[in-house]
Amino acid sequence: MKAQHCVIVGASHAAAELCIKLRKEGWQGRITLVGEEDYLPYNRPPLSKTFLAGEKSVHDLLIRHATAYEKADVDCLPGIRAEAIDRENHILELGNGEQLNYDKLVLTTGARVRKLSLPGADLGNIFYLRSIYDADQIRPHIKPGKHAVIVGGGYIGLETAAMLKSAGMRVTVLERDQRLLNRVAAPEISDFFTRIHNEEGIEIITAADVEAFSGDEAVQAVQTSNLGEFTADLVIVGVGVIPNVELAEQAGLAIKNGIEVNAYTETSDADILAAGDCTFHFNKHYQRWMRLESIQNAVEQAEVSARTLCGLREEYDVIPWFWSDQFDLKLQIAGLSEGYDNLIVRGELSQGRKLSVFYFSGEKLLAVDAVNSPQEFMFGKRALAQFQALDRERLADTDVSMRDLLLTS
Amino acid sequence: MPLVKYISHDGNINEIDVPVGDTVMQGAVDNMLDGIIAECGGSCSCATCHCYVDPDWLDKIPPASEMEKDMLECVLEPQDNSRLSCQIKINEELDGLVVRLPESQF
Repeated sequence: MKAQHCVIVGASHAAAELCIKLRKEGWQGRITLVGEEDYLPYNRPPLSKTFLAGEKSVHDLLIRHATAYEKADVDCLPGIRAEAIDRENHILELGNGEQLNYDKLVLTTGARVRKLSLPGADLGNIFYLRSIYDADQIRPHIKPGKHAVIVGGGYIGLETAAMLKSAGMRVTVLERDQRLLNRVAAPEISDFFTRIHNEEGIEIITAADVEAFSGDEAVQAVQTSNLGEFTADLVIVGVGVIPNVELAEQAGLAIKNGIEVNAYTETSDADILAAGDCTFHFNKHYQRWMRLESIQNAVEQAEVSARTLCGLREEYDVIPWFWSDQFDLKLQIAGLSEGYDNLIVRGELSQGRKLSVFYFSGEKLLAVDAVNSPQEFMFGKRALAQFQALDRERLADTDVSMRDLLLTS
Repeated sequence: MPLVKYISHDGNINEIDVPVGDTVMQGAVDNMLDGIIAECGGSCSCATCHCYVDPDWLDKIPPASEMEKDMLECVLEPQDNSRLSCQIKINEELDGLVVRLPESQF
């Protein structure tokens, strides 16, 4: 068989994994990685923390360094946007006017930030945070004593708030919902994080309806319809992301809340696969369709893609997990808590910096949120995978260690 | 450049030059080694870069943080010389370092 050409679109986390995994699984043909950004695939989580703080360099951020791609014989084309897919002729049109012929195409296009279309949203000093470019733009505005307003009390907003506060800024977080992390965590976790951020000196304002930004050239205030205005020298908006599906959509592939893929990460065109944040896929463990914004999902789907491309049919089947670092708090999440009807809390909600919440539907464990409690996280991950019946009484008893529970479960 | 010897569970040896400042995890990831998954990219969040440090080298490496220790207690088959390889930064003194990789990560 003639050596085939696999083209990967989007220099994301999924792409970094896929390039290498393809070679490991025995792909003989060419591999080309096309990415719009000027960098090789990099870790995005540090953008809101150590990279924004200037403690980590681009070199530190790269998932793999250039030598790794050379060794795997991957052609990297950074700084080039993919414009269109000609499915009939198996051609990818590039922004520089060139074309790439492909036998197999993998879309690892990720997601982009949701932008606000409010009056004044294009003023200076209003930023979003998703890329190295964004972080580089924000960094010069981090000045002790100045006021930063964060719009959006989700993970990105809270991580950035913590970093800016640690850098000496005055920080206000404006959240539209009644509580922080409303879409992703139990009220107990919201209360816990609100308390910690308050203790650190961050002002948390919930139920805030942001309606405009004001200022001359640069933003000077964030205006709400219900709570007045908040002065600001710097505004960072973190109100979610939108999957990059346009390329797939224009090519006529099936799209829902993301690019629809089957258990082998194939789209509605068997020669085009997709992996990572851009996909809408079925999760066997939770028995529902979903789109996940997570590194783990990107890595796992990329691995499935690599196997599919090499003729090994292995289904995607994972239990999602996530993490978020804020101040000295490490939140680790195993599973998805949506649909829970009861929970077990280990630790103190109202004091300290250690807590874990186990989410159940009836007797069935759905998820664990663990703050500075890696053992609870590791235990939860394993319990979810192995469907162990949990001794709920012992789980609620902090005198029983996770290690003991692991050994006896 | 310091040389790190990675020994897989089946005895396979890979000797890799790892730049000063990079981690033992990064050295493996950049060289397509199996046995270190490193899902979280080095933020001490996932414990999928677990390794066993050769006892002769243990005292040349700064001790594990409380977070790392807690995570290590819950990995499969923890030992006294267990470490997360993303937390071991390479310096000249670690030239010749030997780490073994657990079977569960292959």
